Amino acid sequence: MHTLELVNSLRIFLPPDSVLHETEDLKPYECDGLSAYRQMPMIVVLPRTEEEIIRILRICNISKTPVVARGAGTGLSGGALPHAKGILLSLAKLKQILEIDPISRTARVQPGVRNLAISESAATYGLYYAPDPSSQIVCSIGGNVAENSGGVHCLKYGLTVHNILKLRVITIEGEYLEIGGTCLDTPGYDLLALMTGSEGMLGIVTEITVKLIPIPEKAQVVMAAFDDIRKAGNAVANVIGAGIIPAGMEMMDKIATHAVEEYVHAGYNLDAEAILLCESDGTTEEVIDEIQRINQIMKKNGAMDIKTSNNETERLKFWAGRKAAFPAAGRISPDYYCMDGTIPRKNLAQVLDGIEKLSIEYGLRCMNVFHAGDGNLHPLILYDANQPGELKKTEEFGAKILEMCIQVGGTITGEHGVGIEKINQMCSQFKTGELEIFHAVKAAFDPDGLLNPGKAVPTLRRCAEHGAMHVHLNEDKFQGLPRF
Amino acid sequence: MKDIIDRYANIICVAARHKTPLCIRSGGSKDFYGNNINENTNDTLSVTDYTGIVDYDPTELVMTARTGTSLVDLEDELRMHNQMLGFEPPHFGPGATLGGCVACGLSGPRRASVGAVRDFILGVRMLDGRGNDLRFGGQVLKNVAGYDISRLMTGSMGTLGLLLEISLKVLPLPPIELTLRMQMKEAVAIEKMNQWAGKPLPISATCFYDDNLTLRLSGAESAVCAAHTKLGGEAISDGLVFWNSIREQTHSFFQSGKSLWRLSVKSSIPPLLLPGQQLIEWGGALRWFTCNEDKDVDANFVRSVTSSVGGNATLFRYNKQSVSVFHPPGSEMMRIYQRIKEKFDPVGILNPSRMYREL
Repeated sequence: MHTLELVNSLRIFLPPDSVLHETEDLKPYECDGLSAYRQMPMIVVLPRTEEEIIRILRICNISKTPVVARGAGTGLSGGALPHAKGILLSLAKLKQILEIDPISRTARVQPGVRNLAISESAATYGLYYAPDPSSQIVCSIGGNVAENSGGVHCLKYGLTVHNILKLRVITIEGEYLEIGGTCLDTPGYDLLALMTGSEGMLGIVTEITVKLIPIPEKAQVVMAAFDDIRKAGNAVANVIGAGIIPAGMEMMDKIATHAVEEYVHAGYNLDAEAILLCESDGTTEEVIDEIQRINQIMKKNGAMDIKTSNNETERLKFWAGRKAAFPAAGRISPDYYCMDGTIPRKNLAQVLDGIEKLSIEYGLRCMNVFHAGDGNLHPLILYDANQPGELKKTEEFGAKILEMCIQVGGTITGEHGVGIEKINQMCSQFKTGELEIFHAVKAAFDPDGLLNPGKAVPTLRRCAEHGAMHVHLNEDKFQGLPRF
Repeated sequence: MKDIIDRYANIICVAARHKTPLCIRSGGSKDFYGNNINENTNDTLSVTDYTGIVDYDPTELVMTARTGTSLVDLEDELRMHNQMLGFEPPHFGPGATLGGCVACGLSGPRRASVGAVRDFILGVRMLDGRGNDLRFGGQVLKNVAGYDISRLMTGSMGTLGLLLEISLKVLPLPPIELTLRMQMKEAVAIEKMNQWAGKPLPISATCFYDDNLTLRLSGAESAVCAAHTKLGGEAISDGLVFWNSIREQTHSFFQSGKSLWRLSVKSSIPPLLLPGQQLIEWGGALRWFTCNEDKDVDANFVRSVTSSVGGNATLFRYNKQSVSVFHPPGSEMMRIYQRIKEKFDPVGILNPSRMYREL
């Protein structure tokens, strides 16, 4: 179907300003948080109701038009990159919190609701929604479901998949599915898990029921400085070994510490090779007990400097530096390229040594920030795209880091998703048999491959080229947004 | 160990060629669970010999073990390092294995506070219905590469593949646990359990039966003592025995020899009006119901009562199966299930009908 034919058939039930097809109207949708990849869609639609979504999908299914769903567009792997011959389905207008049930501790929300808005609404009842991706002030819950977003607190409180109960989903055929339930167990295959993190490839989520949990009575953070990154790594292992599951546990190397300290003045020790932040939350009694034990462990592992937050202002200040790592990288380098591999923590020293060697080999600086509790690394390779060949070198460097992650038993993406960015690295992580199963699952929901084609799962032919997230001269679309 | 996998793969390939259904079985402790199948027409694929812990480093909070590993052995090993399976799986017999536990997807008393089996699954190695050796997920806590096949396998009753190895997140054992008991009526207990779950209290298990609410507190000693003061109730000395009897269904409630229904509902649903007895767990979200078959409580009535409050009903144990064990899904959902089954097991030889007759 030609663009105008499609536009006309959509405008039968959608107001003119909800069907965009002029170049200047399409421009804001050409990329998501991974701005290195840009593609204008054919049409953008902004439905307001589930009924409208059903009609849109039926038209796409009949006309065999690709559909790419988009939430707030903050994703870091190009999952919402438009399709040149497709419709970009923005869910931004479905932004109502439909119901908060404080008794059963659930919230029923539309996909366009901001992550943080859920917690803000639930706060009246002493409850909140636990997953807290760094972009939570902007990112939408629908996008969180698509990416299975985590956050600083996910070691203790889990990812999106652990914190949602039920989804309403519209299939590409325009059929309605209710997946999961308000109860804890539902029979049949776990399609709730399959949908979570499926990057808009299986269906369009129109409503999400999330779990709410009680706001902890108290939270406190310990900041410890180490003269050797191995000592910091051992301290992390010993905290876990002592039976403590910290609410958050984050590490930064020296380059990162210097970059952020200059930017936010959080009071980090600039002589340290590694800074560790370890947070405890829970009942007052629990936190007092845990903070004391964490302090002892840090001391035992040779921390050169330990500070404990005494109040909320101080706690937030300690965190501010870690949360500013990405923009800080943007301040000290024209460009940076963020990786998202996850490794078993015991291999941390080995992987960091490997990164350092690669850094020398490629002549590119790399600063490391690390969700230490769950093994999720974010090496930020610093480079200058205006230097001929430097981007290519950076991408090779990045690919080698990801291959190292796979070699030590890790994964190419812990939380940013595959999208378009890591589609080639999927070939390194999975064999043909597994990729075939992924394609088969996709086909079970979307036989014609119309939902977000070309993302997340590479075709067996494709396993060749390389892609990457790189941010030029702080041209991050969401510059003010914390990224960690 | 490779020869064992080759043997399993060969059995699957031969069965696929001859279209002979296979019944995947390990210790047999959960033979009772699922639809009644005609054992005469199915060959048994026994996976008891693929055993052992592949990898376990307590400071990683991750354990990888082979499917036939006994749950007892696995839990003993964890306990030696002050760790546990957070979802507190029921064994239902000495033969219980990790594979059966994950395939059945059953969780124990701690489920409402820390999560279900599926919440702890990080990765699987499996054979599909064509004997392909596949790996999904991994041994790390955070992983969003590819669709979440590991969780899809959890609770799929062996209908999609044979689990070979499973990686799980494990949790530290709580420093102390205290069991409290208080007398109250069912409606009040449901209200209280929901109220308390909305407060930052270290409640790790709940059980209401016979006008008694039993609670378990887990955590640091100071936190548990403080919670005891806040909640009141009488501390009981045989807490461990009690929770074991609930988890393993050796408690007198489960011993009546009648059909046992497992009703999964929203935690705040008021008492369900059904004849017979009920025992409530998971803060109100799990209601066990026994009915006397002689009195002929209609299975469809149980299902309709549960459905009317948005829940689902599983015929957990039965003498004579009158309806599908698992609550039937809508036709659109079943179509998706069938398409998934067809992709994993094209000939339909893996535990056919065990979950739904259509699969």
